[in-house]
Amino acid sequence: MTTTNPYTPFLSEIKAVIKHTDIEYTFRMTFSGDAKPGQFFEVSLPKFGEAPISISGIGENTVDLTIRRVGKVTAEIFENYVGDSLFLRGPYGNGFSIDNYIDKEIILIAGGTGLSPVKGITDYFSAHPKKTKGFTLIAGFKSPNDVLFKADFEKWKKNLNVILTVDTPIDGYCGKSGMVTEYIPSIPVKNIDDAIGIVVGPPMMMKCTIDELLKKGFKEANIWISQERKMCCGIGKCGHCKIDDTYICLDGPVFNYTKGKFLKD
Amino acid sequence: MGYQINKTKMNTLFTDLLENYTIYAPKRFVGGGTFADTDCIRYGEISTLEEIEFSEKSDYSFKEVLLPISETLFYFTEAVMKESDPPLKEAIVFLRSCDLHSLNRLDTIYLKNGPVDPYYKRLRDHTHFILMGCENTFENCFCVSMGTNQSTNYDAYIKVTAEEVLIDSHWNLLDQALANAQPFTVVPDSVSINNISVEIPESIPQSVFDSTLWDDYTARCIACGRCTFVCPTCTCFTMQDLFYSDNGKAGERRRVWASCQVDGYTDVAGGHAFRENKGQRMRFKVMHKISDYKKRFDNQMCTGCGRCDDICPEYISFSNCINKVNALVKEENR
Ligand SMILES: Cc1cc2nc3c(=O)[nH]c(=O)nc-3n(C[C@H](O)[C@H](O)[C@H](O)COP(=O)(O)OP(=O)(O)OC[C@H]3O[C@@H](n4cnc5c(N)ncnc54)[C@H](O)[C@@H]3O)c2cc1C
Ligand code: SF4
Ligand code: SF4
Ligand code: FES
Repeated sequence: MTTTNPYTPFLSEIKAVIKHTDIEYTFRMTFSGDAKPGQFFEVSLPKFGEAPISISGIGENTVDLTIRRVGKVTAEIFENYVGDSLFLRGPYGNGFSIDNYIDKEIILIAGGTGLSPVKGITDYFSAHPKKTKGFTLIAGFKSPNDVLFKADFEKWKKNLNVILTVDTPIDGYCGKSGMVTEYIPSIPVKNIDDAIGIVVGPPMMMKCTIDELLKKGFKEANIWISQERKMCCGIGKCGHCKIDDTYICLDGPVFNYTKGKFLKD
Repeated sequence: MGYQINKTKMNTLFTDLLENYTIYAPKRFVGGGTFADTDCIRYGEISTLEEIEFSEKSDYSFKEVLLPISETLFYFTEAVMKESDPPLKEAIVFLRSCDLHSLNRLDTIYLKNGPVDPYYKRLRDHTHFILMGCENTFENCFCVSMGTNQSTNYDAYIKVTAEEVLIDSHWNLLDQALANAQPFTVVPDSVSINNISVEIPESIPQSVFDSTLWDDYTARCIACGRCTFVCPTCTCFTMQDLFYSDNGKAGERRRVWASCQVDGYTDVAGGHAFRENKGQRMRFKVMHKISDYKKRFDNQMCTGCGRCDDICPEYISFSNCINKVNALVKEENR
């Protein structure tokens, strides 16, 4: 075949596995190309299928993929990964451009696994705190047992304003509880015209959170979101991810809200 | 170059071509139709002129030649992943003008939207297109409205009359084979009027998305997907991996036709579907065909072949829906 085959996955070695919960692990994978937070790989398991998974961390010659076990492909990853490697293809999608957020006040709001695609942004500003005029992470999880990236939270707390909240606390939990939206009004913002809001999570959570940011005075053009849709190819062919004239896999998954608000399934 | 030859000569030419080409054309499958006592006309391999169904529109389009209903991408054994082999022979496809325009829509998705799709390209680069003329419009066609009633980018045009075969060739191979044939001026038959016409609004306001117009389809459509499977411009697929046997050591990855009208198309893990009801799916399909695709690629996706209307078991009419949308937009703009 003369054209290179974009469907052909490459073998990537699993360097480490970080277990967050029983069904959510981070796989640290060898990868040496360019990668941005918010981009994704297709994890491609011969005979089982493929699943789009966001980049949840970027290291030297590695990318992190934080995978939730939910169905056929993801179950197979959990059953048979041990000490081995995974086939990947990608990275795909536009990802977040950190340049857009430098020297600004930032509120990043993530729901559940929605933290994965924006974790790289948090990592960046935690490593370069001088590059932001104030960074708040509000991360919401269902219950204390669902909290991801616990070790990272400890690190982030040292130089970022971090609010970790759960919908339903359980006995013995002494952290914050309630919806992420409840915490938005009290976050101090000096220059609302220039402040950045980044929102990723389930559809309802995104909607309520954006409403809250707009109410607080955020400009639509300063709000960024990431969308998840069914995907079978990641390269603009299978049609499943299309909304209006937009292919989430090619043009997204990251959108400025001025464009994202018009996407109607 | 134009030629006139007799049918025997044409069939001899087919026999010669079959050495290196597989020839696909619409064929009649008796009793195979969607409705009781109807035949199905769909694409199949042919070796003689007589097998080609010239007098009626095919129920299914030519697209399966370039996008097989199920296409293997990779074969897996325990240790290796092997790309599937392309067919040994090149292909020749008989098709009508609207379908030749549809080829452009397939090219756009598979060659231009994102990276080049190598499985499509390897078939596309080795396929030759033979235009079949249309003397009269068929039921439900609206090619004139869509500007797809005439074509010039064919490799050859072939028309069969009572006695003779008329050919207009743009293809060296045929010109060489017909070097001794009588030159003749041949102009493809094309229609200039259909029974159905559509008017597509220049831009469609957001309010149309929320209109109750779509509710009717929620009630009537049974989500069978036939309208999309017959459509020459629908291109969606789903990936499907499988094992050959219980030991699970060997298997393959395929892509199979998918439809935005069928349940499951937007389902994600955990059971959420983004377009649950059929009115939303109809809206999604119609908007894609007459608006979204155009916004992205500058021409309309629908080529007006009318097959979706021909096949629908619920008598849902796409062209009628376009006109309803148009009326609604006019109303809004008043
Ligand atoms: C851009 C993007 C980023 C994602 N990032 C992550 C992540 O970082 N971590 C994570 O755990 N999950 C992520 N997901 C969701 C993840 O892709 C699905 O959970 C996964 O595809 C389920 O596959 P499965 O075979 O285990 O489930 P099944 O229910 O058996 O799914 C079968 C097939 O449906 C498709 N599919 C199912 N759910 C989804 C979905 N939500 N999105 C897209 N396709 C789907 C896939 O092709 C999958 O192979 C992301 C999805 C998208 C679109
Ligand atoms: S519109 Fe008709 S052909 Fe299309 S899915 Fe609905 S019932 Fe089937
Ligand atoms: S939408 Fe209907 S009329 Fe238009 S190209 Fe497809 S099948 Fe033909
Ligand atoms: S995932 Fe296939 S077109 Fe976007």
